[in-house]
Amino acid sequence: MNLMMLLEMASQGMGDRVAVQCEGDRWGVEELFAAAGRVAARIRASGVQHVSVLDVSSPAVPLALFAASWAGVPFVPLNYRLTGPELDALIERVTPALLVTDAERAPKLRGRPGLEVWTREELLRVGRCDEAPPESDWGMDPDEIAILLFTSGTTGVPKAAVLRHKHMVSYILGSVEFMAAAPEDAALVSVPPYHVAGTAAVLSSLYAGRRIVQLPGFAAEAWLKTADEAGVTHAFVVPTMLARIVAAMEEKGLPAPSALRSLAYGGGKMPLPVIERAMGHFPDVAFTNAYGLTETSSTIAVLGPAEHRAAHASADEAARRRLGSAGLPLPGVEVEIRDEDGKAVAAGQRGEIFVRGEQVSGEYLGRGSQLVAGGWFPTHDGGYLDEEGYLFVEGRIDDVIVRGGENLSPGEIEDVLHAHPAVADCAVVGIPDEQWGEAVAAAVVLKDGAQADTAELQAWVKQHLRSSRVPEQIRFDSELPYNETGKLLRRKIRFA
Amino acid sequence: MAELKAGARLKIAVCDTQVMVIAAPEGEVALCCGGAPMLEVTAESPGGEIAAEHRNGSQIGKRYVNEAGDLELLCTKPGEGSLAVAGAALKLKEAKALPSSD
Repeated sequence: MNLMMLLEMASQGMGDRVAVQCEGDRWGVEELFAAAGRVAARIRASGVQHVSVLDVSSPAVPLALFAASWAGVPFVPLNYRLTGPELDALIERVTPALLVTDAERAPKLRGRPGLEVWTREELLRVGRCDEAPPESDWGMDPDEIAILLFTSGTTGVPKAAVLRHKHMVSYILGSVEFMAAAPEDAALVSVPPYHVAGTAAVLSSLYAGRRIVQLPGFAAEAWLKTADEAGVTHAFVVPTMLARIVAAMEEKGLPAPSALRSLAYGGGKMPLPVIERAMGHFPDVAFTNAYGLTETSSTIAVLGPAEHRAAHASADEAARRRLGSAGLPLPGVEVEIRDEDGKAVAAGQRGEIFVRGEQVSGEYLGRGSQLVAGGWFPTHDGGYLDEEGYLFVEGRIDDVIVRGGENLSPGEIEDVLHAHPAVADCAVVGIPDEQWGEAVAAAVVLKDGAQADTAELQAWVKQHLRSSRVPEQIRFDSELPYNETGKLLRRKIRFA
Repeated sequence: MAELKAGARLKIAVCDTQVMVIAAPEGEVALCCGGAPMLEVTAESPGGEIAAEHRNGSQIGKRYVNEAGDLELLCTKPGEGSLAVAGAALKLKEAKALPSSD
């Protein structure tokens, strides 16, 4: 198994389709295949051990990914927002490497030992040169490493998640039907290349035969404009992106992109009011919530369009609540909720989410596999399954607040605060407390022009949840700290 | 006859068909395409003709399953021959309708 097998199939079955377009530059599927071979030959000749991309989205990203797979070395996208010692440390971990970057960074990085630096344009030129591509001679060892993805490092030194060819190929074969897309379909990719969803989007779109439209760097208005002009039919966004898109539509009276009919979201918890407003603004769009992790080769559970509509229209509270769920596991994926002793719990009971399947890697470079007996991966996410098997994800286990021996999930309290009409955004954290060990505190962002004070919000939470969940402190902020892929940086929320 | 392992790639001497094994039962499987036994993708090709009753073709990207449902193949290269086990033609597997999630 090799990712190149997917590109080869696409090239043979639909080589004349457009694989990727970015700001006027278009690459056909067959063209991308031949280019990957030419670049692979250079990679092999250079003897590097990694191919790294330190850049925004461009056709260089899929080209470098496939060329690395062809040459048999891991592809390592790096966060282009990093600078200084943080970036230097990651570069040191991947050398000897071929590093593809923008024209501004390239001269500064050239000359480092073990680092061959190409600009994005240089890579694309090699891909398009008139050399004959080599024979299709990539390795088929399923255990070869396809991709190394550095985790965002919100909890310390970034770990490199290992995704082998067997994991990524299993994910694609298990979740995408070959050539299922109509020839006019196009997917807008606005998540950065170093996010697992960015890589997954490239692979699934290519295998489905869907033209990839890249948006280098996200801005709400640019997203709406590009989607409209490029005839985008499908897109994936993280929750903060969707919130900004909806806000831009409301503030500037902008319409939904004309061809858009499917919008998937994931990568963080979606506040219920944001998705409900979005569904109002995109009445003809099918929404899909995807839950996944880097360590599971992207998506492991989806809440599909029909379930969104049913939940949105339902008067039944259990059905409506399902709009906040991650849906059902993919066919090749098993999900289990376990208690602190590692025992599986019944429906409705909270615990840690464990997952198992061919696409699940659960491995970090230099730290080995984190899988436990039976091949289960502990996600460190807390949650529960309802009676019908719908998965509810409530955030990181490490974020659980232990108040007087009782485990409180920040997500549950945040859901209630989000439902208050004056609340635009919120984050619930634990703070040290002499009496209880930990107490509940909330940072709240109010909507423009809206009013609510601490007492009102406390009363609101008390009305919906047990009194132990009521925040003892509430702080009002103008915004909350998120990283660039929409992950809430809870540790940056501090209370005096 | 050969044992099949998930992930293995097979070809055929009498047409262009290639498949990847997605799932296979234990033990030996008499897998044929175009009436000829399938070979490891790296094996020498002896050549030959497609048997007339096995000329229904294989389609790229499609999954093929046996009656028992324990054998599943993905066609990675199409050809004129059709897939069969011990003379019984494999069937096209219905595509799962999953929403696009990325």
